[in-house]
Amino acid sequence: MAGAGGGGCPAGSNDFQWCFSQVKGAVDEDVAEADIISTVEFNYSGDLLATGDKGGRVVIFQREQESKSRPHSRGEYNVYSTFQSHEPEFDYLKSLEIEEKINKIRWLPQQNAAHFLLSTNDKTIKLWKISERDKRAEGYNLKDEDGRLRDPFRITALRVPILKPMDLMVEASPRRIFANAHTYHINSISVNSDHETYLSADDLRINLWHLEITDRSFNIVDIKPANMEELTEVITAAEFHPHQCNVFVYSSSKGTIRLCDMRSSALCDRHSKFFEEPEDPSSRSFFSEIISSISDVKFSHSGRYMMTRDYLSVKVWDLNMESRPVETHQVHEYLRSKLCSLYENDCIFDKFECCWNGSDSAIMTGSYNNFFRMFDRNTRRDVTLEASRENSKPRASLKPRKVCTGGKRKKDEISVDSLDFNKKILHTAWHPMENIIAVAATNNLYIFQDKIN
Amino acid sequence: MAGAAGPGSGPGSAGRDADDSLYPIAVLIDELRNEDVQLRLNSIKKLSTIALALGVERTRMELLPFLTDTIYDEDEVLLALAEQLGDFTGLVGGPDFAHCLLPPLESLATVEETVVRDKAVESLRQISQEHTPVALEAHFVPLVKRLASGDWFTSRTSACGLFSVCYPRASNVVKAEIRQHFRSLCSDDTPMVRRAAASKLGEFAKVLELDSVKIEIVPLFINLASDEQDSVRLLAVEACVSIAQLLSQDDLEVLVMPTLRHAAEDKSWRVRYMVADKFSELQKAVGPKITLNDLIPAFQNLLKDCEAEVRAAAVHKVKELCENLPIEGRETIIMNRILPYIKELVSDTNQHVKIALASVIMGLCTILGKENTIEHLLPLFLAQLKDECPEVRLNIISNLDCVNEVIGIRQLSQSLLPAIVELAEDAKWRVRLAIIEYMPLLAGQLGMEFFDEKLNSLCMAWLVDHVYAIREAATNNLMKLVQKFGTEWAQTTIVPKVLVMANDPNYLHRMTTLFCINALSEACGQEITAKQMLPIVLKMAGDQVANVRFNVAKSLQKIGPLLDTDALQGKVKPVLQKLGQDEDMDVKYFAQEAISVVAQRLRKLDFPVKDSEEHRAPGPDKNHFLRPGMLGEDTGKFLSLMSRQHKETERLAWLLRGQ
Repeated sequence: MAGAGGGGCPAGSNDFQWCFSQVKGAVDEDVAEADIISTVEFNYSGDLLATGDKGGRVVIFQREQESKSRPHSRGEYNVYSTFQSHEPEFDYLKSLEIEEKINKIRWLPQQNAAHFLLSTNDKTIKLWKISERDKRAEGYNLKDEDGRLRDPFRITALRVPILKPMDLMVEASPRRIFANAHTYHINSISVNSDHETYLSADDLRINLWHLEITDRSFNIVDIKPANMEELTEVITAAEFHPHQCNVFVYSSSKGTIRLCDMRSSALCDRHSKFFEEPEDPSSRSFFSEIISSISDVKFSHSGRYMMTRDYLSVKVWDLNMESRPVETHQVHEYLRSKLCSLYENDCIFDKFECCWNGSDSAIMTGSYNNFFRMFDRNTRRDVTLEASRENSKPRASLKPRKVCTGGKRKKDEISVDSLDFNKKILHTAWHPMENIIAVAATNNLYIFQDKIN
Repeated sequence: MAGAAGPGSGPGSAGRDADDSLYPIAVLIDELRNEDVQLRLNSIKKLSTIALALGVERTRMELLPFLTDTIYDEDEVLLALAEQLGDFTGLVGGPDFAHCLLPPLESLATVEETVVRDKAVESLRQISQEHTPVALEAHFVPLVKRLASGDWFTSRTSACGLFSVCYPRASNVVKAEIRQHFRSLCSDDTPMVRRAAASKLGEFAKVLELDSVKIEIVPLFINLASDEQDSVRLLAVEACVSIAQLLSQDDLEVLVMPTLRHAAEDKSWRVRYMVADKFSELQKAVGPKITLNDLIPAFQNLLKDCEAEVRAAAVHKVKELCENLPIEGRETIIMNRILPYIKELVSDTNQHVKIALASVIMGLCTILGKENTIEHLLPLFLAQLKDECPEVRLNIISNLDCVNEVIGIRQLSQSLLPAIVELAEDAKWRVRLAIIEYMPLLAGQLGMEFFDEKLNSLCMAWLVDHVYAIREAATNNLMKLVQKFGTEWAQTTIVPKVLVMANDPNYLHRMTTLFCINALSEACGQEITAKQMLPIVLKMAGDQVANVRFNVAKSLQKIGPLLDTDALQGKVKPVLQKLGQDEDMDVKYFAQEAISVVAQRLRKLDFPVKDSEEHRAPGPDKNHFLRPGMLGEDTGKFLSLMSRQHKETERLAWLLRGQ
């Protein structure tokens, strides 16, 4: 299985290995809370990569053009723009602090030379424009080039400013602020394939927005019971279908997924499909409900499948089959015996995300100890890789890692007890077309790519 | 000056005078790049002034290239720029040079902000008309093609709006190309572009030759109407209206109706909603025959659609649909094919549907006539008057005039009354406010006797409502009632009750008396004002609450014009002078304001006799309100302060100038 034949190649072929490309972020052991990366997202072309952090900042990396002089540095990602997206706030009416942490970033399909993205914290969604400027106007009438004022009575001719080239400047400007629509914490935003609307989901409600209208949104799902004591589940994630503008799904803390069709009705409180896997009574325990909670849901690029991540596994569902998933991949099954301590240190509530590769043939999701997992859907092979500075030499191949699952620990294996649960990989992203991945490990962003042999 | 405006304005040609005239222009040009958006905006709005000063040649050679690259600015600046350029043809040298305006507008037509793009397209459309046919093909059509094949969808969406303006004036070869471009945009990859194309399809069809409409537009329409995205399909419904108007009945039946029928039953409620929303237009476009055969059954389905939004949209169109039916046979169609559905909707589960129905249902009275109204509609009105939702009842009451014209309101009065009383006491003040607004109308329809008996007490109760907006509306309501029923009625029914409130222990109610007097004095006339109202007002000048006292001053100022010299001199002036010495700042202020108005009034009354006094009169008055310290003392006390200080300074300025 994993590791056999010189490293797993979950992207569908045996011809390459993952190798280190870049690491971003501070080297120090001391991690500032604000620097912890809270979301990672490639844009539609993959040329830009955005990260958000707990300090409310958004950093955008741009892929460099390939140069002939350095053939091996195929398109490294370098900082393109950094801006403060959200600031900490205080809700005076409810006496609540609103964190600046960026919960999600979603790119908009590119519409002109500028790039646009939505970023959200718990309450407020913002639309940002990232644009370039390479020309500057020169020549004033009332002052000289050096800024000295001219005598107004000496103006004998009018000067029209002339545009001169200048160093490239990247500007990020807030274009719209979508506020005051969420009582609970926003966990997801998703742009519709109609390019003019998007949804935002919090624990109990999903709202539909028009990208150009900030003072109005439509509530399309509301699962808040009249009496809050009757509350048994919350919305954990929501996403629009990549092609059908009328279809979206949302997952719940009970491990189920509902698919709604906005064509059938303006309010989507009634779902049109309900995906649920029958529970195995033999494995039932105190933690069953907690670990079945879905932390992320993602449609495949093709729109035929969707993937859900729960605490121990990642599942792939065919949209045409509601009764059970077509694939279930164990992410870290060896933790099943440790649930009690994971409950005590709150790790059991960690929200791992998951992502597809460009051709939907492989999936990736995170684990503990800075490990992340990849599953090849065709060959059914999987691999555990580690994001660490130790093997961060340029183009160094990533060695597959193994966790000892009972019995005698072999060489190269790591015992479950020595896993570091503070090093968790929650957020990962896969380039939409190529084998380039971005992995957020606490305050560091690792970029890996396939090694061409 | 003249030199600066002409093309020959070089450094040498400007004389000494030119310095003065160039300076403001120089400021405007520099402020095009000011950091303050407002200043940039001001400059852009005066772009024609700049262009005029630069002359046509420099405008073309220097200003426009600069503007072409200024697309980094704020939306509002870009919007203003796009608008200005639409009227710029004269400033660049007339129609021969209109094409110089295309580059800046082209770059504006690709920005992401829809309002800016739309404005740029609007200006481009305007300018296209100023192009000569040759220039149109040499410059404008290539621009449209460039936009239509642009990399980004913003430029392609903008292109959609430009086809219809250049098509009619293009040669046949170019026409074919334009059609080809439009066709490809209709099947663009991005839904945004398909939507833009769908929304311009009707407009484009109108300028095409009929054959092209049949051969090319109809297939495009059918494609868009069956697009995979419902956001595109729903826009095809709109295009349907324009296309239908162009085709003969037979073509319509074959080419358009299958698609329209399908749209009315689309799986997506948004598409059905659009059909419902555009129903009147569709009805007019397809004509009476197809309406009867196709649209009425479709409409019946929309009225019982499973989605409330669709039902509500359809309900809104009921009246228009009925009105637009051919008069012959109209009654039968409505009675047999529409009314049964409406009857069901009266007890719809969704209150928005019922509210929509209540707002249009009364309109059917005039169409159906007296007998049908009494037999069929009246029971529905009565049911809606008892609806649990206040907006439903309110909508019925607000449209009562329609019923009144046909059967007279008395038919309804028995059910009307409980409904009105209930609304009048509704817990939501906005509902109470709404019903107050209809009181004068109801009073007119029901007559004085009925009103006195049933509704008068309500009107008085509102005067002591705990919400100010209601009390305010109630006083206005009284004024309108007096206008309707006359002073005699006022004197016997209203005025005594209002005046009694002057002794109310609650100062808010006492103030209401004053507000009522303000509102009623004019309608009641001199006699009632002087004999009944004035004494009460004067008496209230001794009120212990300052708010009441300064309102006394305001009231005296208000009713002053209705009083004669004796009353003003003998009664009003002393009271105001006393209030002018009040310990409260605001009372003093309003008293002094009233004194000056009263003094003016007195001068006017005495004008012919005491001409000489008049000139002296402003003197003492001036002293009254210009005591030193007046301005500073009353900072931050009442809401009216800001406006008052403003007035004060105005007055000061005026006086200083006078001296």
